[in-house]
Amino acid sequence: MRGIYASLYAGARAALRDWTNQFPAAHDQFMPHDHPHHNHPHALLPPDPALRVKALETILTQKGLVDPAALDEIIDTYENRIGPRNGAHVVARAWVDPGFRAALLKDADAVVSELGYYGRQGEHMVAVENTDRLHNMVVCTLCSCYPWPLLGIPPGWYKSDAYRARTVREPRKVLSEFGVTLPAEVAVRVWDSTAEVRYLVIPQRPIGSEGMDEAGLMQLVTRDSMIGCGLAKVP
Amino acid sequence: MTRLHDMGGRFGDGPVVPEAEHVKFHADWHPRALAITLACGSLGLWNIDTSRHARESLSPADYGQFSYYEKWISALADLLVAKGAVSQDELAAGLAMGTSALSARKLRADTVADVLAKGGPADRPSDVAPLFVSGDAVTVRPFAENRVVPGGHTRLPVYARGAKGRVLRVHGSHVLPDSNAHALGEAPEPLYAVVFKASVLWAHTEHPADEVVVDMWQSYLEPL
Repeated sequence: MRGIYASLYAGARAALRDWTNQFPAAHDQFMPHDHPHHNHPHALLPPDPALRVKALETILTQKGLVDPAALDEIIDTYENRIGPRNGAHVVARAWVDPGFRAALLKDADAVVSELGYYGRQGEHMVAVENTDRLHNMVVCTLCSCYPWPLLGIPPGWYKSDAYRARTVREPRKVLSEFGVTLPAEVAVRVWDSTAEVRYLVIPQRPIGSEGMDEAGLMQLVTRDSMIGCGLAKVP
Repeated sequence: MTRLHDMGGRFGDGPVVPEAEHVKFHADWHPRALAITLACGSLGLWNIDTSRHARESLSPADYGQFSYYEKWISALADLLVAKGAVSQDELAAGLAMGTSALSARKLRADTVADVLAKGGPADRPSDVAPLFVSGDAVTVRPFAENRVVPGGHTRLPVYARGAKGRVLRVHGSHVLPDSNAHALGEAPEPLYAVVFKASVLWAHTEHPADEVVVDMWQSYLEPL
């Protein structure tokens, strides 16, 4: 075993050295002296992010590596087609259909696949249910992992340093910033999405929603409630 | 990686500011940055762990001041150069110098829906036998660092190192990021959701019953 680790280690050291050595001249050749940052190739692009993206898109399009029509298609998908209404559909059905709820909690992948909600950044779904004694919240402290096929692309606050840093340490204070105060008998369980598993919170069905159908209930399910940063709306 | 990205439990950040559900992007260039990054990912030159590692390898000064999508496109530019898909001269000129031999792999508009729907599952068969079952007590290994590559990628957050917890769920076997990010193979091994009492992780907890769950690969854990 030791031999394997030693050779892996040597290979990795070499890979790291190669990675670092590829960019030795960038700073000296191209960077103005007031630019404080290192020699990464990205520093060769314009510092303004809008110009930086434009330059990258121009280069990649000219090289034949990206198709602007494909970019438009990706944007349209996440602007208009894949969003939190998918997750709301799942939650509302779990509220009205005990068999569906049980299947969702047992094997969310199979259930969301059947509804057509399997996809990129939602390959391994786990549904976690809020109860009278337990409130679930989801974060990704290391980056911003999020269940895209069910909730769309993450909101700005989910990607913010403040949310990533604070949610594991002071979830109740974070919740208060969303206007939510939990009773003392409710424990908070924060899920840090460090792997490719993505978590969907099933909020509690609100009082006063008895007798509502799936379509009506969907309107009560907010995006924030499915991250655990809010409660479902009261009708 | 620099470790700056590993910010769970950090002090000094301001309030979390909620926003309306219809807000998708905050600047015109954000959707382009998202789309370019996804389109380049489908060229197959790297995996998700490589791209996370590239973002984590931005200098601490850049990581600290870049917005989310600035991190994405800057790390993307670095990766494109590292993989030989774009040259430094091209980045500096803002123009391509010839077409790419990889252009046949370009993501086409008519395949976008299929590619997004297919995703990139990370579960794999593994030769590594599971050591733990649900309910087992475990201890997280003492160093939240890549064990093979010094300064390399890992998904073990610093706040959980050395902590005692309990296996809550068994996720099956998944690709190990510590290996996959460095082209050392997928090295799949068992993955667990491990639950920790908040009081094990933090000196000042909000409530004695609160908990934090972290997904942990088997090699991040030791039996208690």
